[in-house]
Amino acid sequence: MIPSIPTSRQFRTIYACYVALFFVYLVLPLAVVTLFSFNNSMFPSLPWKGLTLDWYFGTTEPRLGVFHDTALLSGIWISFKIAIGTTILSLSVATCNAFLFERETFFAKNFLYVMMLVPLVVPGVILGVSILIFSSNVANTVEDLWGYDIESLRPGLLLVVLGQFAFITTISTLVISARLRKFDLSLEEAALNLGATRLSAIWTVTMPFLKPALVGAAIVSFLMSFENFNTTLMLVGSEAPLTIAMFDRLREGSTPVINAVSTLLMLASALLAVIAIFVQRKKPEQ
Amino acid sequence: MQPDKNKLALFLLLTPLLVWLLLLIVIPHLDMMLISLQERVAAREYRTSFSNYIEFFSEPLYINTFIRTAVMSILATLLTLLIAFPVSYYIAKMMKGQSKQILFLLCLIPFWVSELVRTYGWMILLRESGVISSLLQSLSLVNGPIEMLYNDVAIMVGLIYGSMLFMIVPLVTTLDSLDDSLIEAGYDLGGSHWNVLREVIIPHATPGITSGCIVVFMLSLGNYLTPVLLGGKDSLWFTEQIYTQFITRFNWEQGAALGMLLLLLSSLIVWLGLKLSGQSFRKVMS
Repeated sequence: MIPSIPTSRQFRTIYACYVALFFVYLVLPLAVVTLFSFNNSMFPSLPWKGLTLDWYFGTTEPRLGVFHDTALLSGIWISFKIAIGTTILSLSVATCNAFLFERETFFAKNFLYVMMLVPLVVPGVILGVSILIFSSNVANTVEDLWGYDIESLRPGLLLVVLGQFAFITTISTLVISARLRKFDLSLEEAALNLGATRLSAIWTVTMPFLKPALVGAAIVSFLMSFENFNTTLMLVGSEAPLTIAMFDRLREGSTPVINAVSTLLMLASALLAVIAIFVQRKKPEQ
Repeated sequence: MQPDKNKLALFLLLTPLLVWLLLLIVIPHLDMMLISLQERVAAREYRTSFSNYIEFFSEPLYINTFIRTAVMSILATLLTLLIAFPVSYYIAKMMKGQSKQILFLLCLIPFWVSELVRTYGWMILLRESGVISSLLQSLSLVNGPIEMLYNDVAIMVGLIYGSMLFMIVPLVTTLDSLDDSLIEAGYDLGGSHWNVLREVIIPHATPGITSGCIVVFMLSLGNYLTPVLLGGKDSLWFTEQIYTQFITRFNWEQGAALGMLLLLLSSLIVWLGLKLSGQSFRKVMS
C-alpha cells in the first residue's frame, strides 16, 4: 500500500475519500462555532437569521458583545496573568532540567528522569486535588501553630499557577532537552579556549542555539496554561479564569457571545501556532 | 574544570528539579493517600481506617461509575487508534513533500484550540436545536427535532475528537521512519496487503501505537469537560464523582480515596499496556 505498489483505482479512491471525510470531521465543530458567532439570533443555532457583529461589538444587554462583556474580559485578563506566571516558572525550571539530564551524571539519574515524566500520566483532576490537599494541610498547620492564615495557600491564583506548572514543566523539559542533545559541545569548548568563563560560554554560545526550543516551549506552555481546565477547576478561587467562566456560561446556556470569544481564542492560538512553526523551522545556519 | 565547581553546578541544577517533584508531585500524592485513610470520628478528630475504601466497594454507584469510566476510556482509545491509523498511514506513506507537511499540520489544528471550544462545537452540532437535527429536518428525513446530545455516543464522539491528535502525531512519526523498501520487500516475497500490514507495518509502528494509546487513555480517563457537557446529568464519569466529593460535599476523605483508586487504575492499565507491547515507559514518553 505505497505509491510504488500497484493498487486498484477503486481502493485508492475510497482511501482518499476516507481521509477527506476525516478532515471534515476535524474542521466541522470549529467551523460551526465560528459561523454562529456571526448569526443575528439570540441562540447559537439554526435558522440562520443574517449576519451581525453584535456578539463582538454589541454594547447593551441582552446583545452584549465580547469587547463590552466585563465578566469575560476579566476572565481573559486573569487567564493571561496565570499563563505568563506559569510560562516563566516552567521555562526556568525546564531549562535547568534539560542541562541537568543532558550534561551531568549523578546518582539515581535514570530514576529521576522517570519521575520527571510522571506528571504527564497523572490525570489533571488528581493533580489538582492532591495539590489542593497538601496546600490546605500546610495552611491549616500554620494556622493551628501560629494563628496566621496564609491566604495564598488557599484556592486562588497562586495554586492555579503551581498546579499548571507541575505538569507543563515536563513538556517544556522534553522540548528543550531534544534541542540541547543536538548541540555540538566543541563549540562551547572553543569559547572556553578563547578565554570565556563557563557561564558566559553558555550564555553567548549555547543559549542562542537553544532559542528556537525556548520560544517553542514558551508558546506551548502559554497555550496549555491558557486553555487548561481540569487542574484549574480544582484549584480556582473567587477569580475565575476564562475557561472556568466560559464553562459556567455553557452550562447555563448562553448567547452567541461565547462563540465570539471562542473565535477570538482560535485566532490567537492560530497566530501563536504560526509563530511557533516559523521559529522551529528557521534553523540557525551553524 | 575543578571538581568543586562541578559539584556546585550539579547542586544548582538539581535543586529546582527536586523542589518541583517533591513539593508538587510526591508529597501531595502521599498526603492524598494519608487523607484517604482517615475517618472522621468527631469534629476535627480522625482515626486511621479503610472506611473510605470500604464505602467505595459497598456503594454500587461508585463501582459502576468506575467500571463504566474505564471501559468507555478503553473503547475510546481503541476507536481513536482505528480511525487514526489509516489517516496517519496515508499522511506518512502515500503523501510526499509539501502536501504531506500541510496535511500533517492540518491534523494539529484542533490541538491549538481549547478543549472547551471543541466540546462547544459538538454541542452546537448535536443538540436538539442543533445543526445536524435541523439539517435532517429540512431534508425531511425525520419529523420533529431529535436530541443527539446527552448520551454515551455523544461522549464517545467528543472523547475521540479531543484525543485524535495525540494518536496521529506518534503514529505519523513512527510510520514515517519505516523504509519503503521494507514494504516493497514484503510484497516481493509474495505477501498480501494484510500480511504486509501485520508482519511489517504494525511491528514497526508498535512504539507509536503504544505511546498514542497510553496518552489517549489517560486523557479520556481524566477527562471532566467532555462527559459533563456532552453527557449531561447522567454521564456518570468518575472524575465527576471526585469533583462532587471535594467541592460540593466537602468530603475530602472520601474524595481522596476515589482519587487514589483512579490513580491506581490508570497506573495499572498503563503498566499493562507497556508490558503487553514490550515497551519501556521512558522510551514511550520521550
